[in-house]
Amino acid sequence: MPDWLQSVLQPAGPQAERVHALWNFMLAVSVIVYVVVVGVLLLATFRPRHSEAELAEGAPGERGVTRLVSLATAVTVLTLFAFLLFDFSTGRALTSSVKPAVSIEVTGHQWWWEATYYHDIPNKRVTTANEIHIPVGRPVLLRLNSQDVIHSFWAPDLNGKRDLIPGKESSLWLEADTPGVYRGQCAEFCGYQHAKMAFLIVADRPADFQRWYAAQADTAKTPTDSLTSRGLEVFLTSPCVMCHTIHGTPAGATLGPDLTHVASRRYIGAGALPNTRGNLAGWILDAQGIKPGAHMPPNSLSPADLQALLAYLGTLK
Amino acid sequence: MPHPSLRLALMLAGLLLASACQRETRRFRESPPAATSETAVAMSELQPGPKARDLPVVNPYEKNAYAVAEGERLFGAYNCTGCHSHGGGGIGPALMDDEWIYGSDPENIFSTIVEGRPNGMPSFRGKIPNYQVWQLVAYVRSMSGLLAKDVAPARDDHMVMAPEPQRTQVKEPIHAFTPAAAEHP
Repeated sequence: MPDWLQSVLQPAGPQAERVHALWNFMLAVSVIVYVVVVGVLLLATFRPRHSEAELAEGAPGERGVTRLVSLATAVTVLTLFAFLLFDFSTGRALTSSVKPAVSIEVTGHQWWWEATYYHDIPNKRVTTANEIHIPVGRPVLLRLNSQDVIHSFWAPDLNGKRDLIPGKESSLWLEADTPGVYRGQCAEFCGYQHAKMAFLIVADRPADFQRWYAAQADTAKTPTDSLTSRGLEVFLTSPCVMCHTIHGTPAGATLGPDLTHVASRRYIGAGALPNTRGNLAGWILDAQGIKPGAHMPPNSLSPADLQALLAYLGTLK
Repeated sequence: MPHPSLRLALMLAGLLLASACQRETRRFRESPPAATSETAVAMSELQPGPKARDLPVVNPYEKNAYAVAEGERLFGAYNCTGCHSHGGGGIGPALMDDEWIYGSDPENIFSTIVEGRPNGMPSFRGKIPNYQVWQLVAYVRSMSGLLAKDVAPARDDHMVMAPEPQRTQVKEPIHAFTPAAAEHP
């Protein structure tokens, strides 16, 4: 994903700004401490040695040395307490007690992300993968879960890391200040393809978000011409249907990512490749060549069937 | 020339290295043609030309622990558990016992999955890639102790309802005696 880089140093939301402020404070204090320590060390190296008499117990200078050491200890303790307080207040500020504008359930899988947006009307529920859209300037609550092993959700432009523990829900607040695309990544080693477990957070203007949501909540477009109809048939009679869902068709398996609107996503394979027709063809035929160990099996489709399938998947905007 | 005992030790170490450990190999990348499902068992005895013996069918995953574990994962993922439960059966027959309606050989189980069987077993032809069917076959056979002991997993990730696969015994037929009428004079 070269188009979008992730960075802790370019905060794009209030939570990330708090983390960034803490980071800056720690950097500044650490630099001062480092300079002072090295300075004192150099001073000690180059000043003439004390004589035995000067260091003897009860000597005139001895009391001053004791005071100096006590002062340094006190300053160290105070500095560490300052870190502690700043850290606590940052940690408190990262959670919020307001009602979230959007609440998203994010489930970690080996090796992709599933995002479910719940809605009061059950058939308006949206499930997507590896690309999480949020409205700008609104607090968003992520409820994090894992299906298999421990993962960690990390979008450094928006907030710190949060682990996804199987069987124990954790939560994370996000808010983006400006529209944009922010990259995130699994930050807890989770197996063979941990490195290729990325996701995008797309912050839309509220109106754009509503439009996106309405489109995602819709069922898949019914194929209109013979090529895409054939593509749907190929999908339903090949191994695809064993793992994937396309709403509006009989395909309803939940092992792999929901493909109802796969063509609307920017990447395939959790950030492995840009979502182009050629990449998708390579992924369908030989995903193990791209992401060894992923659960997507190789598929042997005839050229005509593959083209029909690609044409159909391309209509799933 | 090194000491004879050292030479012996080196030779033994070489032997150990030479014996490839198939059990732990993880083959992720099966070539796409391997994904085609086709039957491994002929449905008819008749053949054109002189009677030839079928080539013995070898399950490439029979000796591979990773494949058996994958088989177990797929057994749940493809909802085999929906009918067969975790081997105990329910809607479908139990798989952890010694009764095999259509045979216990790998090729029999393969065609059961790919072709389906009357009275309920669906045909997964074209839906499950070939190599995954073979992984399922290896796992199904492990449930009744038909795999080599060192291949089946030594522990289960779930609550133990049955002995661990490694300790599962081949079951003696319940009717161990031969009925008198079937005995040759």
